[in-house]
Amino acid sequence: MPGYIKDIINSLKSLAIGLEITNREFLKKPITLQYPHEALKMTPRYRGHIELYKNPETGTHSCISCGMCASVCPSNCITINSRKVPGVKGKVLSSYILNFTTCSLCGQCVENCKTGSIGFSNEYNLAGTNKDDYIFDLLKRLHPEGIPEPVVDPELLKQEEEKLAAAAQKAAEKKAAAQKAAEQASTDASGEATAEEKS
Amino acid sequence: MDELIRLLSYFVGIAAFLGFNLAYLGWVERKGAGHIQRRNGPKEVGPYGLLQPLADGLKLMSKQLVVPAAADKPLFMCAPVLAMVPAVLLFVVIPFGDGLVPRQFNSGLLMMFAFASVAVLSILMAGWGSGNKYSLIAGTRAVSQNIAFEIPMLITAITIVMITGTLDLSEIVRYQDGGFWRWNIFRLDKSILMPASFLIFYICSMAETNRAPFDLGEAESELVAGYHTEYGGMGFGLFMMAEYANLVIGCSLTTILFLGGWQSPFGILPDGPHWFFLKMYFLVWCFVWMRWTFPRVTLWGLLNLSWKYLIPFSLVNLLLTALFIKVF
Amino acid sequence: MSSFAQNQLYETFELNIGPQHPATHGVLRFKVVMDGEYIVKAEPVLGYIHRMHEKMAEDRTWNKFWPNMSRLDYVSAMAYTHCYAGLVERANGIEVPERAEYIRVITVELNRIQSHLLWWGVLVMDLGGFTPILYAFDDREVILDLLESVTGSRLTYCYFRFGGVYNDIDDDFITGTRAFIKQLRERIPMYHKLVTGNAILIERLEGICPLSAEMCRKYGATGPVLRGSGVNFDVRKNEPYSAYPEFDFDIPVYHEGDSMARYMVRMDEMLQSLRIIEQALDKLPEGPVKADKVPKVLKPPAGDYYYAVEAARGTFSMRAVSDGSNTPYRIKLRSPTYSNLSLFEEATSGMLLADALAFMSSLDLVIPEMDR
Repeated sequence: MPGYIKDIINSLKSLAIGLEITNREFLKKPITLQYPHEALKMTPRYRGHIELYKNPETGTHSCISCGMCASVCPSNCITINSRKVPGVKGKVLSSYILNFTTCSLCGQCVENCKTGSIGFSNEYNLAGTNKDDYIFDLLKRLHPEGIPEPVVDPELLKQEEEKLAAAAQKAAEKKAAAQKAAEQASTDASGEATAEEKS
Repeated sequence: MDELIRLLSYFVGIAAFLGFNLAYLGWVERKGAGHIQRRNGPKEVGPYGLLQPLADGLKLMSKQLVVPAAADKPLFMCAPVLAMVPAVLLFVVIPFGDGLVPRQFNSGLLMMFAFASVAVLSILMAGWGSGNKYSLIAGTRAVSQNIAFEIPMLITAITIVMITGTLDLSEIVRYQDGGFWRWNIFRLDKSILMPASFLIFYICSMAETNRAPFDLGEAESELVAGYHTEYGGMGFGLFMMAEYANLVIGCSLTTILFLGGWQSPFGILPDGPHWFFLKMYFLVWCFVWMRWTFPRVTLWGLLNLSWKYLIPFSLVNLLLTALFIKVF
Repeated sequence: MSSFAQNQLYETFELNIGPQHPATHGVLRFKVVMDGEYIVKAEPVLGYIHRMHEKMAEDRTWNKFWPNMSRLDYVSAMAYTHCYAGLVERANGIEVPERAEYIRVITVELNRIQSHLLWWGVLVMDLGGFTPILYAFDDREVILDLLESVTGSRLTYCYFRFGGVYNDIDDDFITGTRAFIKQLRERIPMYHKLVTGNAILIERLEGICPLSAEMCRKYGATGPVLRGSGVNFDVRKNEPYSAYPEFDFDIPVYHEGDSMARYMVRMDEMLQSLRIIEQALDKLPEGPVKADKVPKVLKPPAGDYYYAVEAARGTFSMRAVSDGSNTPYRIKLRSPTYSNLSLFEEATSGMLLADALAFMSSLDLVIPEMDR
């Protein structure tokens, strides 16, 4: 009997303590951040989708189109298209396609980039109506006003042209020599044939 | 003619009161829940979310009333209506102020309990008529819960009737005039366990209206939505409104029986319906407060609570009251 | 077995606690044969979120498998990436600098606290109290913000690398963590007062489904489920790894075996994790956070490798079979939830449905980890 009464009193006391705690919480200010009206402050290391960084010296990206990022990506999100422009050392980036629908923000691409030209952005409120909204061309995003032409180095251009000319000349000489040798061989063969016919 | 005008004005008044309550008690609950949980409740629709109930009502009315193929159609359609009718009907007997009763019954208390028992039928109809095993389980749980908790409620009410000597609700309120020390909850000269009996009555009314922590019928996280799983649109709306109406009735009854109805707590201040509403809404707020604080009891815990704790206590209280009345 | 269930004259009906249900913490289906409110037989049906992580491992190089590890158990993802890092480091013989080990332990323990807070909130929500989950999430937000400032992600981390971590922690993180430790030490007593001491909750958890130690051993249950049944086994103490031997902490063990014991084990584990984090912050050594000379293409020698960690839900271990090439031949993931759930059928026959669901919440299941 005394246990029964004590049981009841303890239960009621625990319920009253619970009520007191919620009462205290009720009187405190809400902690909600009213999202569209107030903005979230992102930490600098937040992993949004990757972006090409603008090199302050050259005014454009530093990507050398080595393709490391594309080859280490676990989900094969990155496609790099590049071309060779005469007079520019190395390859020139034509487009850097990131398929963000499969990206898992693992950071392998950023870590393995040889020139440090890509990094995470701070974008967290991407919303779109179409899957194609999430196939980014990072080069276009870096240069929305228009992709600048690559800077042609005149020295290099001259060297390349000379090299090309020399190579072309060499090829032409080789071709002439081969033709001559072929003619020689055919006259030899026909000479042999006539010699054979004679004997 | 006078009588007709009086009845009509009461009809309009109670309809307005009911409509306002049913809509805005939902707002109170959501705002209260929000602030207890350190967040805002509804905010965007109207200032402080005050137009939210209208938006909810519009949404519910525009939904399709789907009747499941396996459902028992007449039962399914009748259940929400039957839930609403007793709740609305009981407002006929509640004295809002001195003489402010739509209809004077000298057995008002009896009528209250009679109609409140009808509400259980609607839950069972909904549970069975949905043709859904979850709803059936919930319906049977709710029936056993309601029956179990009506008994201590009735016994406690009998205690009050013994003290005041009448079943008439207005008389019960008039008996408690003169100041808060004459309210039934504090009348320790009539029974030493009077506050306990108030608590018992309050808990029973919580269980009768299927409010948390006794909401096994609607157990949201176990049985999805209990007996009103299959209802959409205004069917669900009617159940929700019936629940809030029952809530108001339960709190009104507690106020009348224990807290002195429309009597003011001090002799100096005038008594009137404003005191009734104040006390009633305080009790409603306590309901909301308790809902968002406590987890749900199990079926066994619920039945244990009723049969092993509430009923013995109320019987003891009855005997004590009889003793005190005879001796003192 | 209740006397109701034994009587074959009563009709039983089959209920499907379907894959979409508020209480199953993921897509888990139970085919339950019920007799009124009593469960006669509850059979879990798995596989609704099987994503073939083990098969994906056979296709990818060791480096490319990192994102998969976080997505297994996204609530406590750090410990899983820790296991993978430890496994490959063990296979290739890579030494991890001390500062990196300490940072790993700090982040893993913060993640463990966050997982237990989520479990607590969801448990009370399943039982019908809708408020404590929001208090728990308030604290959890602080942890997630701290981890985001270091790793860049909130839930699925790719922060560890072979030989260390991706980047170093800064002073803001250290001050923030110390402030959080203080805050949580004040909040946990409030949680105990609000929930643990509550008469209704005690009635719902105490004495519900006691599991004996033999039953846990029979099914291979680990983690708080095992420690709530009286067996003192924790991978951090029994098979120490990483920097854990340097810290002084206790393993909470309760002997009753009911849901309340499992609940208390997890609440106490949160306090122990706070101790570990404090000691790690005090003793944090200077130095590099990445081992130098880690080859870009990893080719561990052919053989079998094994590594086990204590995740929030139990012992998580990985076994890798390598054939000398740069992709694994086979990776086996042993998920604690799978073993913990396998005792559900035997444990719940004859129980009330509500009690069975409370028992399931106390097991702390995360279905994606179970289905892999």
